[in-house]
Amino acid sequence: MYFDLTDEQQAIRATAHDFLASRFKSERIRELAGSESGFDEAGWKEMAELGWAGLALPEEWGGQGLGTVELAILFEEMGYALAPSPLLSNTIAGLALAAGASDEQKERWLRPLAEGSLRGAPALVDADGPAEPMKFSMSAGDVLTGEKTLVLDAGSADFFLVATTDGGRHIVEKDAEGVTVTAEESIDPTRRLFSVRFDGVRPEATLAGSGDDYHPVFHRACVALAAESTGLAQRALEMSVAYAKDRQQFGRPIGAYQAVSHRCAQMLLETENSRSAVYGAAWAADAEPGSLPLAASTAKAYSADAGWRVPDAAIQVHGGIGFTWEHDLHFFLKRGRANAAMFGDAKWHREQVAEAVLAGETAPASA
Amino acid sequence: MDLTLSPSEEEFRDEVRSWLQANHPGPEPEAGLDEVMAFRREWQLKLHAAGWAGISWPKEYGGRGATMIEQAIFAAEATRQEAPSPANVLGLAMGGPVVIAHGSEEQKARYLEPILTGEEIWCQGFSEPESGSDLASLKTRAVKDGDEWVVTGQKVWTTFAQYAKWCMLVARTDSDAPKHQGLTYFLMDMEQDGVQTRPLVQITGEGEFNEVFFEEARVPDANVVGGVGNGWAVAITTLMNERAGLAFGAISQIQNSLRRLSKLARETASNGATAADDSYFRQRIAQLHIEVETMRLNAYRGLTKTMQSGIPGPEGSLGKWQWADINQDLTELALEIEGAYSMLARGAEHAVAGGAWQYGFLRSRANSIEGGTTDILKNIIAERVLGLPRLR
Repeated sequence: MYFDLTDEQQAIRATAHDFLASRFKSERIRELAGSESGFDEAGWKEMAELGWAGLALPEEWGGQGLGTVELAILFEEMGYALAPSPLLSNTIAGLALAAGASDEQKERWLRPLAEGSLRGAPALVDADGPAEPMKFSMSAGDVLTGEKTLVLDAGSADFFLVATTDGGRHIVEKDAEGVTVTAEESIDPTRRLFSVRFDGVRPEATLAGSGDDYHPVFHRACVALAAESTGLAQRALEMSVAYAKDRQQFGRPIGAYQAVSHRCAQMLLETENSRSAVYGAAWAADAEPGSLPLAASTAKAYSADAGWRVPDAAIQVHGGIGFTWEHDLHFFLKRGRANAAMFGDAKWHREQVAEAVLAGETAPASA
Repeated sequence: MDLTLSPSEEEFRDEVRSWLQANHPGPEPEAGLDEVMAFRREWQLKLHAAGWAGISWPKEYGGRGATMIEQAIFAAEATRQEAPSPANVLGLAMGGPVVIAHGSEEQKARYLEPILTGEEIWCQGFSEPESGSDLASLKTRAVKDGDEWVVTGQKVWTTFAQYAKWCMLVARTDSDAPKHQGLTYFLMDMEQDGVQTRPLVQITGEGEFNEVFFEEARVPDANVVGGVGNGWAVAITTLMNERAGLAFGAISQIQNSLRRLSKLARETASNGATAADDSYFRQRIAQLHIEVETMRLNAYRGLTKTMQSGIPGPEGSLGKWQWADINQDLTELALEIEGAYSMLARGAEHAVAGGAWQYGFLRSRANSIEGGTTDILKNIIAERVLGLPRLR
């Protein structure tokens, strides 16, 4: 029993933290948020050189061969820095290829993705469907027809992994004939969403895997996103504590008043709970895959709430200044709120937990 | 990162598990507290004979010298199997560790063995009517008289005072010193005329706690622990021990409650199906499960940290706060599931599960007060974890 990061993992955290802090200062994030693509290619190349594009992908296909714990560390830091980047969508596409592609397909798509020279994006949610995780209405066939929406980073991706009703995944290049990509404005200006129309598009390839192969991919994506939300919460907490120590009213720092300090204590509780749930699930993904679905839903449900409530509380601690565009907090609130709704919201994940608990399969025997 | 038990830890868990299965005395008698205490004394003797009493104590003092993870395993397993509490729970968790940490060799020789056997029960005389959260303001006075001290004052919330031989007493020995410095820690013999106890009836109708009155009670100078004027530092050790020992048993206890709650939901009719089919109850139960799981994982993270640094940090306050919140939510939800039947008190003919949840609802109101109020824990977190300024 050892629930802490190893020295190697601490080193990954420190590298990620320092790199992201130097690249994504407030002015730069604002610049990118207002730009056409929403991220910068130069920054992407640097991340790829650090091995992040293939962090949790197999070494034989050009990845770093690290685990979900390392992935969670990276995404916690991405959230802390509020880094605008297609890393999340690319990571999920990579995990799906690793899970379902044939060797030939991996050679062609996974290797360049892991090296950062091609970017992939999953296209999952059907515009005419209920936006429920792992349920798709687009028909499989020789050609794909229909519209996918809420597609992350479609504008900057080279190819899509399109999910169909049978649970299969099909590779479609962005500039293939019949593909139309339309930007959708997200509540989160630091992450880009799109709709993608497919009009009789012939896929480049259909992955060999079946729907079941992608469930662990979905659960690991939930853990990465939950880690990102934990990072958002941590940063919002730190900003609040610093402000509460500094800001004076009625002759003393506002952090001396219990109405403020107890709010900060609540933010710490939610941030730490979120972190514990994330690393418990990340560990399960690598070491105890049978318990991953319950652990991932636990982490995603908790962080879905904490990831926007903690930034929300931070705005309250900051008072009027926290409500201004000029202050960065609203970016954290918006990212957290969008994360809460992505890959199944808290209610959906709680229902997964209820299903497991009420069936009599309760908490893992403690210790 | 490794959230599994090592082979030797697994072996330890299996040993605990099978010993408890073989020796479990069954549920506590449904009778008065005297019978329950007799039952617990017998159970403690059994625990001691097998070396499980004083599991955290060093071997040289009759304990097992178990690692922190082994203590966690024992607490979790004992609670999972719903083993009774030992009679001298305060002596084992606080009194012994304080004597071991601060006591003289004579004191160790005199007090430790009867704590382990349960022959002498201990109670804790800290809180006073006017000194609750602000413990250091306490007013009970001890005045030196030859080689004795004369104690006058009142203590409150004193669990098991009516059974106790020894009281861990903090009294003011220097009223001119700053409030944290004028205190001394004594071991007071409860069996004397100057000591009177009176039970305090709680909102559950039971009397776990007492008021204790000292009227020129006497305590020999040899019973000072840790030196005159050092009472605050010694008392803090006691409280730290209290929190460190509680966490894993408490988590296991909540897991038991959550299993019972799920069962209650499955067995309670609701809208033509059961409460377990009702989306509202499903969401609430799932949220409780999620929070218990985060509390469990936090506790393991805390344990790893404590094993590295050697002392429990102020983060332990998070767990105690969360435990109180969850226990209260859980019993509130049980009453919602019971619906109209939740009006019936414990023991009523038509009460669901004998009215256990109604009792639990009432008893859990104390969870956010006993052992440090949630409000004070938030202050501790704000000041000592987050480094926010003190109001005082």
